[in-house]
Amino acid sequence: MLRFVPIITLIFMVGPVSAGLIGTILPSFGILPALGGDGASLDPWRALLAQPGLDHSIRLSLLNGLAATLISVVIVMLFCAAWQGTRVFRVLQRLLSPILSVPHATAAFGLAFLIAPSGWIARLVAQVAGWDRPPDLAIIHDPLGLAMIVGLVIKEIPFLFLMTLAALPQADTDRTAQVTASLGYGRITGWFKVTLPRIYPQIRLPVLAVLAYSTSVVDVAIILAPTTPAPLAVRILGWLSDPDLSYRFMASSGAVLQLGIVLVAMGVWIGGEKIVGALGRNWAVDGRRLAHDGWLRHGAAILAIVAAGAVILGLVVLLVWSIAGFWAFPDVLPRNFSLRLWAREFDALGDSLAVTLIIGVPSVLVAIALVLGCLENEVRTGFRPRKRVMWLIYLPLLVPQISFMFGLQVFFTLVGLDRTLFSVVLAHLVFVLPYVFLSLSDPFRALDPRYGQTALCLGASPNRVFWQVRLPLLTRAVLTAMAVGLAVTVGQYLPTLLIGAGRFATVTTEAVALATGGDRRMIGIYGLLQMMLPFAGFALALLIPAILFARRRGMGGNNRI
Amino acid sequence: MSNTQMKSGLELRDLSIRLGDRLLVDVDLVIAPGEIVTLMGPSGSGKSSLLGHICGTLPPVFDVQGVVCLNDTVLDGLAPQDRHVGILFQDDLLFPHLSVGGNLAFALPSSIRGKTERRARVAGALESAGLAGFAERDPATLSGGQRARVALMRVLLSEPGVLLLDEPFSKLDRGLRDQIRSFVFDLARKNGLPTLMVTHDPEDGQAANGRVIALD
Repeated sequence: MLRFVPIITLIFMVGPVSAGLIGTILPSFGILPALGGDGASLDPWRALLAQPGLDHSIRLSLLNGLAATLISVVIVMLFCAAWQGTRVFRVLQRLLSPILSVPHATAAFGLAFLIAPSGWIARLVAQVAGWDRPPDLAIIHDPLGLAMIVGLVIKEIPFLFLMTLAALPQADTDRTAQVTASLGYGRITGWFKVTLPRIYPQIRLPVLAVLAYSTSVVDVAIILAPTTPAPLAVRILGWLSDPDLSYRFMASSGAVLQLGIVLVAMGVWIGGEKIVGALGRNWAVDGRRLAHDGWLRHGAAILAIVAAGAVILGLVVLLVWSIAGFWAFPDVLPRNFSLRLWAREFDALGDSLAVTLIIGVPSVLVAIALVLGCLENEVRTGFRPRKRVMWLIYLPLLVPQISFMFGLQVFFTLVGLDRTLFSVVLAHLVFVLPYVFLSLSDPFRALDPRYGQTALCLGASPNRVFWQVRLPLLTRAVLTAMAVGLAVTVGQYLPTLLIGAGRFATVTTEAVALATGGDRRMIGIYGLLQMMLPFAGFALALLIPAILFARRRGMGGNNRI
Repeated sequence: MSNTQMKSGLELRDLSIRLGDRLLVDVDLVIAPGEIVTLMGPSGSGKSSLLGHICGTLPPVFDVQGVVCLNDTVLDGLAPQDRHVGILFQDDLLFPHLSVGGNLAFALPSSIRGKTERRARVAGALESAGLAGFAERDPATLSGGQRARVALMRVLLSEPGVLLLDEPFSKLDRGLRDQIRSFVFDLARKNGLPTLMVTHDPEDGQAANGRVIALD
């Protein structure tokens, strides 16, 4: 049975993506019998191309996606180069892990509340500058999409940082840094010339996932991106939600176009990699050392701290708004505080938390069972999946959600499973599985195999070794992976909305729905609510092992497991 | 051990292990009950692969020829947990999530029933290792020598038919090393276990006072 788990797991990830893509591509050429599309035609494409401002939307998606990815990668690489192995590095490492659990939409709302013309930053400036009304500037929804780029960057930095962190040990970075320093290289130059080429291949897939996400994101774009016209993915969602069902054909063409845009973005990125690689090979051996790079190191630290600070301050301002009474510009804090809105919304909040958990708990349980099965199977057979399999694990993160979620909805309708909890959980699993796998595979594989061998030689059956040795030793890693999975399902907007067809009002769909209304107190409440479950998950992942193994020093955080 | 005479010990008949084109080990060897044989060789010479093969935990990428026999039972093809092969590594590998007593009870066969009886067996083992009353202790609070002794008692409680030692003393302090060596060797002899030790420390071989075979 165990040996079938890897293939079942892959089917759970690749199956919905493939079914969804087919279900998107066919309607884009007019084939969708349920809506009366019987014959192949190019009409949907003609309708799409006739949409006003389409070229503008495409440009926004493509350029913003590339810019957000490039900025995130550069900041993370600079910071790692400048501070790896120092105390600053460890402090930020602790700070960035919890930030990773903040849903994208929450971070975007928090950022909006900080940088909006009437936001916290403007209020602080107003104290000094003596403004009595907000500056007349379009900072949020700005025409260039700069706010959206910043919103993506502050959330992608922690992700890329943790992925880099996982790759660092394999490059023997601490000793490499000593060698380059003793040869007279500045920290950053030494790192970029020697360490980066060794670790980049391992963070390449996560970088491409960030690129695909940034180029096709919907929820962050609804909150921060320009609206006239909006990036393509937001417009597709608008067409999909249109009461006129004939718009679905055009929306499908748009979704296929969105896939094309992501592929173009990846092509540009990979081309850029090649150019940077070629230039870098010359640069690596030209002997330039940039021995005194203090200014650059401090610049990198400031950028990373500002990014982390923006998310944390954003959460604080969400909290303040959620309990704010009267709060006029330019007051830095509200005149009075009130829990009235929390009390009024109490029942509704409970409902959306419950719905979120009804979807999230089964998704996480199925995902952790499958991933543990895959990894246990690796141990028992001694075969590690090949490098190529990693592409399949990343597939759901590389294909834009909007390009296959509508098709998946079509597919579920076809088999009579539309609008069910079952289909929503399946849709969430597509994204929960890869993250749970990525989170658990490193610690699972790093567990000393001799524990298992010793237990077997003591006469324990493989199942007993799994349940009584491997699983308890990995308690913390398993719970962390489950918390990551929970954070992923809580943050899902598009799958919940499209596959559930509006039937499942989770904290995230409710929060994003509030974006257009602009009721800051309600947004504050729902933004925090989005945070609550992931935060509780990570807290439990720390607390449970601490209680279970309170009297086992060898199970502490810094042991050899 | 009354039935020592009936046991034939551990036989490695024309055993060779290859990885790709490289021949790692090639031995033909019988180890009698209570005998300690030392296999000397530099690291990377495949000594640990040989022990892994006897345990049944060697990954399938290795190409193995020959037969492993324990007391006239062919081990090849048996699952690791059915072989009754005890092994000690250079790390004690006590399970950090279990107490000292829990580690020992993990090894105790399930045929020994009843909480009281199992506890008594664990307590007895601890006492014979000079660790009476240690059952509730956290293994992480023990000294290196104490941990090494618990690890050996854990192996012995699983009632092995053979003892394999994979550089078991190399991580111990010099002063402690002689003491743990004689503790392990004495108990191996007393229990009539055919014992195969791989090491790169010539002193291990001298202390074992048995046959020393050099691998190259």
